[in-house]
Amino acid sequence: MYVAVKGGERAIENAHAWLAEERRGDTAVAELSIAQIREQLSLAVNRVMAEGSLYDPDLAALAIKQARGDLIEAIFLIRAYRTTLPRFGASHPIETGKMHCERRISATFKDAPGGQVLGPTFDYTHRLLDFKMAADGEVAEAPQGPATGQDVPHITEFLNQEGLIQTESQSDDTPPDLTREPLELPANRALRLQSLTRGDEGFVLGMAYSTQRGYARNHAFVGELRIGVVAVEIDIPELGFSIDIGEITVTECETVNQFQGSKTEPAQFTRGYGLVFGQTERKAISMALVDRALRWEELGEDNVGAPAQDEEFVLMHSDNIQATGFLEHIKLPHYVDFQSELELVRKIRAEAVEASALRAAQEAAE
Amino acid sequence: MTAQNDRKVWMSLLAKSPVTDLKRLWEGFEGAQPGAQSHVWLRAPEIGGVMVRGRTGATGAPFNLGEMTVTRCSLKLPGGEVGHGYVQGRDKDHATRAALVDAHMQTAQSEAIRRGVLDPLEETMRATAETRARKAAATKVDFFTLVRGED
Repeated sequence: MYVAVKGGERAIENAHAWLAEERRGDTAVAELSIAQIREQLSLAVNRVMAEGSLYDPDLAALAIKQARGDLIEAIFLIRAYRTTLPRFGASHPIETGKMHCERRISATFKDAPGGQVLGPTFDYTHRLLDFKMAADGEVAEAPQGPATGQDVPHITEFLNQEGLIQTESQSDDTPPDLTREPLELPANRALRLQSLTRGDEGFVLGMAYSTQRGYARNHAFVGELRIGVVAVEIDIPELGFSIDIGEITVTECETVNQFQGSKTEPAQFTRGYGLVFGQTERKAISMALVDRALRWEELGEDNVGAPAQDEEFVLMHSDNIQATGFLEHIKLPHYVDFQSELELVRKIRAEAVEASALRAAQEAAE
Repeated sequence: MTAQNDRKVWMSLLAKSPVTDLKRLWEGFEGAQPGAQSHVWLRAPEIGGVMVRGRTGATGAPFNLGEMTVTRCSLKLPGGEVGHGYVQGRDKDHATRAALVDAHMQTAQSEAIRRGVLDPLEETMRATAETRARKAAATKVDFFTLVRGED
């Protein structure tokens, strides 16, 4: 039996009114603008774009404001908005080799051509609270150096020249799209990467960390980590040629992993790959480690039963919107479901009481 | 450079241009024209998404990275020139200005627009990118080896 329950309208309206007031906070404190969030909380904006799977810094900033800083709620808002957009097409694959790098480091080669460029990083800060920031907002202009304007080559290219690292298989196939077709398993690598790049940062980080602690260890080195701006190119059907449709910042991580060899092939390094919207390096490194762990079958490794090797476990639990949707729905009214359980338990208990009373009566009679 | 290549270059520039810079330059140019021309819409501005792709390992098979917002429109000038506007983001006025520039680039005004709008726009964007590149360059590590021991 389905019973519709009504009557919460006024309570809901009033709850929303109070939510709006609490969101605004103390009106004696200046209100945050979308531009302030976009410019000054840019790493939160980046995370919302990456996991919301929509590159639009203004929208992500609006979502963060609306969600009172709850990033998963903000990601939810972006995902919902994304579904309303007509799809104009798909871009040519972005060329990260032509990236205008703002950060580019290698943990494997000190003297990598193109150099070690630190960029605006938290690394090497002391992680001490800076009370000056609570006082004034003046910042000195960052120093400038001579820029070469040249493309920065990928580190793995050098290893590849010597045949020391496994080559990526070439293809121009249209990749599967989990925003159009439900995720089906087994997934190919393209589908896994799409799932991981929009997956929850905390979950992907935890999975990656588990491989480092020994659950399907694959000895990852960060061959290269680069952050910068790339152009996005699409074909314009009405013109019959392609144009750059915009520029986006992405983070790319290539790991160089444990080598393997066989009777027919000499030992060589293998790779893991991470590519994420925005400046999101923790996520990109995590993605590369998990990508590598999920490739066990293709690379002829043993399945040691580690969580990070389990495609079903990783891909079906990495999406924080699916997870939060299912998790949080249990707080919504389940009055009827629960009523039936309650009646069942009462009935079982009553039967048990009756049975024991009967037994006691029989014992007394004997 | 062929005409098509030329158009590809200016449309790419307009798509990536900052809203405020294109607005300032286009309004400066348009304001200097006697009697602004009206246009008719072939496709009114609409907001949509483009799926951005990457490649596994930067060089392998394509995969879907996520979408980005794009606004597009098409219009026709009284002279029959058709302009297409494609810009990053959700600003319909920005897309309209891009389409107007594209259409007017096919008229006798093209040289004036190149000088008054496209060249300064390119220069502004180049300077912004250059500044960031120079800041990145200043964070490049210069390794040096400390000499240890006697010999």
